[in-house]
Amino acid sequence: MDNRAKISIKNLNFFYNDHQAIKDVSLDIKYNEIYAIFGPANSGTTTILKAINRMCDLIPGTRSEGEILLDGRDIRSPDFNITELRRRVGIVFEEPVPLPMSIFDNIAYGPRMSGIKNKAVLAERVEKSLRMAVLWDEVKDKLHSPALRLSGGQQQRLCIARILALEPEVIMLDRPCAALDPISTFQIEESLKLLKERFTIIIVPHNIQQAARVADRAGFMLMGTLVEEGDTDRMFVNPREQKTSDYITGRFG
Amino acid sequence: MRLSPKKAQIIAKTVIWAVAVVIILLLIFIMAYILAKGLPTLSWQFLSEVPRDMGRSGGILSTIVSTLLVTAVAVVVATPFGVGTAFFLTEYTREGRVTRIIRFCAGALAAIPSIVYGLFGFIFFVVYLKLGWSVISGGLTLAVMILPTIIRTSEDAIRAVHPMYRDVSYSLGGTKWQTIVGAVAPSALPGIITGVILGIGRCVAETAAVILTAGSALRMPTSLFSPARTMAVHFYILAREGISMERAYGTAALLIIVILIINVAANILLEKFVAKSR
Repeated sequence: MDNRAKISIKNLNFFYNDHQAIKDVSLDIKYNEIYAIFGPANSGTTTILKAINRMCDLIPGTRSEGEILLDGRDIRSPDFNITELRRRVGIVFEEPVPLPMSIFDNIAYGPRMSGIKNKAVLAERVEKSLRMAVLWDEVKDKLHSPALRLSGGQQQRLCIARILALEPEVIMLDRPCAALDPISTFQIEESLKLLKERFTIIIVPHNIQQAARVADRAGFMLMGTLVEEGDTDRMFVNPREQKTSDYITGRFG
Repeated sequence: MRLSPKKAQIIAKTVIWAVAVVIILLLIFIMAYILAKGLPTLSWQFLSEVPRDMGRSGGILSTIVSTLLVTAVAVVVATPFGVGTAFFLTEYTREGRVTRIIRFCAGALAAIPSIVYGLFGFIFFVVYLKLGWSVISGGLTLAVMILPTIIRTSEDAIRAVHPMYRDVSYSLGGTKWQTIVGAVAPSALPGIITGVILGIGRCVAETAAVILTAGSALRMPTSLFSPARTMAVHFYILAREGISMERAYGTAALLIIVILIINVAANILLEKFVAKSR
């Protein structure tokens, strides 16, 4: 594993109007690892993801302090192209939201917006993305039927494929399996393990078990602060902090 | 005397059903009456010939053409303004004083009687802009009249779009414009088209505003600056001046059929469009 930091967060503070959602968080996410940011509801996990690809810019009244470096460049600087940022750092939301169009058009949506018009290139991009998201075999015969007819698990893999079609560098997933059954969850976790060969992955898991199953390293957040981070193998067996221990043994949260 | 809940229930149900039935019967009666009186007059000759002798004989072709032209001008002018305003209100501004003022103005416009639009159109387009009684004056006046309908229905349609569609589009690297065109507009389109169709219906049926701005000349319009008599105006004059009740009913019947066809066709189109994406 490459040991350099793909994303480096330094002393990040984040505010929704007067409410401080993230308090002085610093952490590094390395190339080709799966990093889990976990914690109880409202502890700032989703906010970190939204800060990293600046989806939070869409919410009125938010502001941030500190640095978020992507390959050493601060994404918060005004000259950082925001659409380029979102293509390099894709996000999959908790609720799978296919756009009301065909499977093919959903996957091709991002590449088309980035200016790719060549049909052969698009078709190749769509197939490659669906294969990587382990959805190709299920949908290859109905690429032009509406994506909304897929099952919940298939829709979430479609959303992952849609991100992959952007050929991103980082994939962020916000509780991607919260609305899915155990089999769909298993399929998505398996595909994540394959994807980390090529991408850097940040996941906010919907439970602690998922963090333990898929992540190489994890950070535990509580009320906006980063309590502890480290290798999952160590952290879930032998946490350093009492609060982490209490949370993963189910004493609160 | 107090009613038992059960009796009250029965009475309420009966009254509500009766009201609904009366409404439906009323509609069927009006349609049936006009179609019964008007259909015998409808013939290929009636549709394909221009009126002669003030409309006593001949057909109504020139009024059909006038209706189409005036309505087309109104829709072509009002749709971009109406839909544009709706997108401005929903996507480009935050809720605030500006949106409240625009919405208040649109609401007030919707409440103005059509004869007032006619007077405005007469003073502004016909006299002040020297456009005369013409297709263009009539069309522009109707455009102003249907603007609030289009703004309102489009705005509702855009607001009803799943809010996550915008987030998804932005998260895939879309700009604001790409998001509106690619993710928001396709979902809002059925509702926007419904608004435009409501507008078409109002244009086709309008009399007061048109008579003051497009005039009532029976000649076939040759350009956008020719005076014109629409179907609604034609049958108003036929009936009002006692020229030919029979022909007034014929024109009315055709008007009803046209509006029916527009509605049915639009519904079929929308169903197809929605079925393709769901």
